[in-house]
Amino acid sequence: MRRAVIAFTAFLGGLVFLLVGPAHADPADCQGLKGTLTFQGQPVNGARIAVSTEGGQPVETVTSNAQGAWDVQVEDPGRYRVTLDPASLPQNTEIRGGNNVRTPTVYEGNCSSVLFALQAKGAAGQQQGDEAGGSSSFWTQAAQLTFEGLNLGLIIALAALGLSLIYGTTGLTNFAHGELVTLGAILAYAFNVGFGLHLIPAAVCAVILAGILGYGQDRFFWGQLRRRGTGTVAMMIISIGVALFLRYMYLILFSPQTESYAQYTAQPGIEIGPISAAPKNLVAMGIELLVLVIVGIALLRTRTGKAARAVADNPALAASSGINVDGVIRIIWTVGAAIAALAGIMLGLSQNLKYTMGQDILLLIFAGVTLGGLGTAFGALVGSLVVGLFIQVSTLWVPPELKSVGALAVLIIVLLVRPQGILGRRERIG
Amino acid sequence: MDWITIFSTTIKSAVGVETVLYALAAIGINIHFGYTGLLNFGQAAFMAVAGYGLAVTVTVMGLPFWVGIVIGLVAAAILALLMGIPTLHLRADYLAIVTIAVAEIIRLVFRSVAFKDIFGGSDGQRGFSGGFQALNPFPEGDYGFNLGPIPIFFPHWQLWVMVVGWLLIALCCFIVFLLMKSPWGRVLKAIREDEDAVRSLGKNVFSYKMQSLVLGGVIGCLGGFVYGLAYGSVQPDVFGTETTFFLYTMVILGGAARVFGPVIGAMLFWVLLVLLNGTLSEAVAAGVITFIDTSQAGALRYVFVGLGLILLLVFRPQGIFGDKREIAIDAR
Repeated sequence: MRRAVIAFTAFLGGLVFLLVGPAHADPADCQGLKGTLTFQGQPVNGARIAVSTEGGQPVETVTSNAQGAWDVQVEDPGRYRVTLDPASLPQNTEIRGGNNVRTPTVYEGNCSSVLFALQAKGAAGQQQGDEAGGSSSFWTQAAQLTFEGLNLGLIIALAALGLSLIYGTTGLTNFAHGELVTLGAILAYAFNVGFGLHLIPAAVCAVILAGILGYGQDRFFWGQLRRRGTGTVAMMIISIGVALFLRYMYLILFSPQTESYAQYTAQPGIEIGPISAAPKNLVAMGIELLVLVIVGIALLRTRTGKAARAVADNPALAASSGINVDGVIRIIWTVGAAIAALAGIMLGLSQNLKYTMGQDILLLIFAGVTLGGLGTAFGALVGSLVVGLFIQVSTLWVPPELKSVGALAVLIIVLLVRPQGILGRRERIG
Repeated sequence: MDWITIFSTTIKSAVGVETVLYALAAIGINIHFGYTGLLNFGQAAFMAVAGYGLAVTVTVMGLPFWVGIVIGLVAAAILALLMGIPTLHLRADYLAIVTIAVAEIIRLVFRSVAFKDIFGGSDGQRGFSGGFQALNPFPEGDYGFNLGPIPIFFPHWQLWVMVVGWLLIALCCFIVFLLMKSPWGRVLKAIREDEDAVRSLGKNVFSYKMQSLVLGGVIGCLGGFVYGLAYGSVQPDVFGTETTFFLYTMVILGGAARVFGPVIGAMLFWVLLVLLNGTLSEAVAAGVITFIDTSQAGALRYVFVGLGLILLLVFRPQGIFGDKREIAIDAR
């Protein structure tokens, strides 16, 4: 067991080496104001921002770049007026709350972030509603949200599949699975921004490396714990420890700020019927679907896949019929970590990278897995798509900040009516 | 490096308000997890509804302080009932996921802009502790003593919270001690060991679990009151899932299913955390440690919390005082 802990530490040490270089690529001395303008996860390019002193002396006027970011360096600390020119925003957006002036304070040697939240014109919460648009705009919006829901649902499905397979084969409810998602995103960022690789090879490298780390995690940590006969509840709490450990390691090594990849950040949407979608999202969804189908076919058709399902069903029986249970579990961990990493990269592509991104999505992954039925691979897919769709489409009626609340409430209600989930079997809930 | 300050804050943290409020919430967790084997990962929600119940009653509705306390307690009991009905029939891992989901729902609702008029959005509510401080018998000033060169002083308002808090801890520990010696407590422990056996003896397992959830939730919610009264404010993000995870770390550190386990655990947790934080940030400021900056030093202590939790569960799941046979960490 001691060996396991040492190995685990060494594995994390390796991670540290890998991440420590790129993470501090930009420790630039900063004294001023900065911010990032995004609209529905997409950066807003070319918005005009004027900074003046509190007394009204203009300091500088800048426009946001392709990442939606802008910054203004100032000589003296103090209070400044930041004005965002609404006319320079894209046609369909406006500033939430309508106020386009902020008065932040700059401290000695620090950069203050200035937040302008953007929303679609006439979105919920505003009085000027769009009665004129009537039902057609409602359906356009519904179509757009359905598309975004599918996008999110597929990402959740990728992560949920790994979680569900690991749960099915080992009984571990892995609270550190969100951190595997973050790991993929951060590794891709390290290869992409740190080593200057293009995002596509960087993503491939990140997925492969995450798979290797997943293998290592099982070989040297979880596998050793199983051998000691650690109970499932103990393992669950250990996974919370792993999650805390990894999350704050990411915070130290990565950065507390949100970051984005070097490529594909700002893509103008293309119109497909009623929906507007960035090409990267379409490609990402294609890749996600392809991976899900491949994993699904592998589970149904290959010997390893059949063995995995057998282990999930009954490990003792599987072992006695000659299946190498540990080997199967190790493959599951490798694949599970790799596709979780892919989910992280896709999430980083459609939103931004943050050290808490995995933690934020973890409950939705759990919701997807539980909705579909714990331990059933295909249940996880169905459940995740339902969760993704529900979250996005519910924003037609619910304020966007509460969209996750709806999904979690549905989870609880489904458990009341059908505790085994959509595709789960009765005896699994115990 | 300023060792005097480090030791002063460390010693104060052993009995300070943070320890008090976490110890109360951890006693609740101990009833759930330690004695009954319920994996409640939503304890932060009980603290939140209590703190917000008090805050909203006093600031928004303008009612006196003690009404706020009653409303907070009732809210915690109702939350326990609502949380228990869909989940207590389910297995440990389902229970964990659903309770965590409930806690997240409550936090998101409290911090939402839609309910900003009531709950104050992400800034929370403030200005409701006046009624409590009006009862403060200590005249204004700092109280304490010098331990050699190390000053250990608390301002009068903090001392008042601490005195009330520690009395509550003593009361809760006494209640837990009596209850767990009673036949009722033995049924709880039996449920933890083998639910089906208890059911076959004709006990209503669901009802016992629900009573345990309500009792632990109500004791845990006292921690929410202490938070609100000590800081004079409540913010939604204080009651996140990490708070619950820290509570579990404390219970396991002290020893689950032991009356004083969570209290000792909370004291040790905060002493170690504050000592680590003080030493690290002082070392960074003094240039002894150069590879991280101050904010990273703050994060590093949580890395150690995670590592500590892993090592505890692997090498000593019973914690300091616990008995290995008495912990519900095996498969069920």
